[in-house]
Amino acid sequence: MNAVTLENASRADRGPEAAGRQDADPRESPGLPAAAPVAANDDAPPPRAAGRIGEWLAGAVRALLPPAVGIAVMIGIWYLATLPAGSSLPGPVQTWAAAAQLFADPFYSNGPNDQGIGWNVLASLQRVGIGFGIAAAIGIPLGFLLGRFATLSAMVGPIISLLRPVSPLAWLPIGLLVFKKADPAATWTIFICSIWPMILNTAQGVTRVPADYMNVARVLNLSEWKIFTKILFPAVLPYMLTGIRLSIGTAWLVIVAAEMLTGGVGIGFWVWDEWNNLKVEHIIVAIFVIGIVGLLLEQALIAVARRFSYEQGARS
Amino acid sequence: MKKFVLVEDAGMRFATKKGPFVALRDVSLSIARGEFIALIGHSGCGKSTLLNLIAGLTTPTDGALICDGREIAGPGPERAVVFQNHSLLPWLTCFENVHLAVERVFGAREGRAKLKARTNEALALVGLSHAEQKYPHEISGGMKQRVGIARALSMQPKVLLMDEPFGALDALTRARLQDELMKICEATQATTVMVTHDVDEAVLLADRIVMMTNGPAATIGEILAVDLPRPRDRLALAHDARYLDCRAAVLSFLYEKQAHRESIAA
Repeated sequence: MNAVTLENASRADRGPEAAGRQDADPRESPGLPAAAPVAANDDAPPPRAAGRIGEWLAGAVRALLPPAVGIAVMIGIWYLATLPAGSSLPGPVQTWAAAAQLFADPFYSNGPNDQGIGWNVLASLQRVGIGFGIAAAIGIPLGFLLGRFATLSAMVGPIISLLRPVSPLAWLPIGLLVFKKADPAATWTIFICSIWPMILNTAQGVTRVPADYMNVARVLNLSEWKIFTKILFPAVLPYMLTGIRLSIGTAWLVIVAAEMLTGGVGIGFWVWDEWNNLKVEHIIVAIFVIGIVGLLLEQALIAVARRFSYEQGARS
Repeated sequence: MKKFVLVEDAGMRFATKKGPFVALRDVSLSIARGEFIALIGHSGCGKSTLLNLIAGLTTPTDGALICDGREIAGPGPERAVVFQNHSLLPWLTCFENVHLAVERVFGAREGRAKLKARTNEALALVGLSHAEQKYPHEISGGMKQRVGIARALSMQPKVLLMDEPFGALDALTRARLQDELMKICEATQATTVMVTHDVDEAVLLADRIVMMTNGPAATIGEILAVDLPRPRDRLALAHDARYLDCRAAVLSFLYEKQAHRESIAA
């Protein structure tokens, strides 16, 4: 799990950049249901159209300039580091050329061991989707039960605490043994690593439902079904989405490692295959692709979470 | 007058690490139908505990409570509560918040159109027809509290219980809502119990003011009947001798007889 924590830390480092982008978003589309501070901005009298566009541009530059400079510096260092003759690492230029070639035809297929990078990414995403979907189907209801019934939580809590720190890759041999095939075994590791955050966050959300809301339910004498649909579920939703976001992030980390071990089609296997072919520039391309896909997954889930956060900063 | 709500020797003990803590003891009170009772006392005197007992949200460790001839065994829509912090569900619009209550109480007997009409009516009663489709975070604190009142009234409760409903509001908003509440109580003849720490509010609104002694082991100290004619007008009352007498009586109870002993409070 060391790799996981390191990756999370680096994600946190990216924080300011991501935050900058979030600030820019509502300005681009002021019609969106936004959080209170932004709504307060909307109260100001609308400036004239020209001024508004100018402001928008200035905002976009302010938000985009620092990340652009950061990336440029990174590429510059990379270029300088790979400049000496005989460097084993390919530089940005070679990598760009390799990437252009790869993405010219990402969906070719010459048998199971030689497929385009697009197919490999999709195969990995499919595994993540299936493993993660099963984990959500089991983990979220289980989280609700653990949050609602303290005894059950006391029973299962220690088991989760024991299993959660285990690297999901340790479960891979068990998966191979049970399923006899590599593909479901990789999905199995995804399932294992995604289920914990979903159980724990959902359960935490249930225990954090404000007592006031439950008192309302008691005074109105609502049925269990109404309590669930009108109070419990909406109140827990933000916590659940946090769990889902953590799960997806971890799953995308784990799939690369799992596929390196199981083989088949998939971005992790592809990286290993290119290592065997000593095409290091392809490995670097793959690193970027993995990073971008992970970023997109996370941003999509943040957008969903923002859509469902009713009271963040809005409620007195 | 018929005794509508009856509290008989009610007491409330909480188990704590240092042993049992007596919050309330020997509370006896009878409330007539249509009466407006204000519960007043220093903080920590168990006003809210008593209100929660009547609501059924907590069950007394001693004594019994009766509402309309039946023992109070748990919370229910016939004893509606307006909570201190409005407690609206933030993911529902004002309409939906009220409709949830209406649906629960009348859904089994009445059609959709009737339920909608009841919801509209309740929101109109508190002057919020224009904000029906707004979410709680889009409206002011005073409006939220009015939606909370509308939700409680929409259930046509036998008893309306209010836990410092205007405590968090500014003085002007509070005064307006007090006037509205008086009109609503006049119109619906609701039996009301309101917890407050505001002497003027208590005298203005209540038929009787129940003054609580300081906790722990708080109980009813005095009960003051407010014999002011209704409808009451806050401006006219400001110089009314009877109003000033009532006010003085409550103040003297709070600040002479029950002067807050800081050493205990701390």
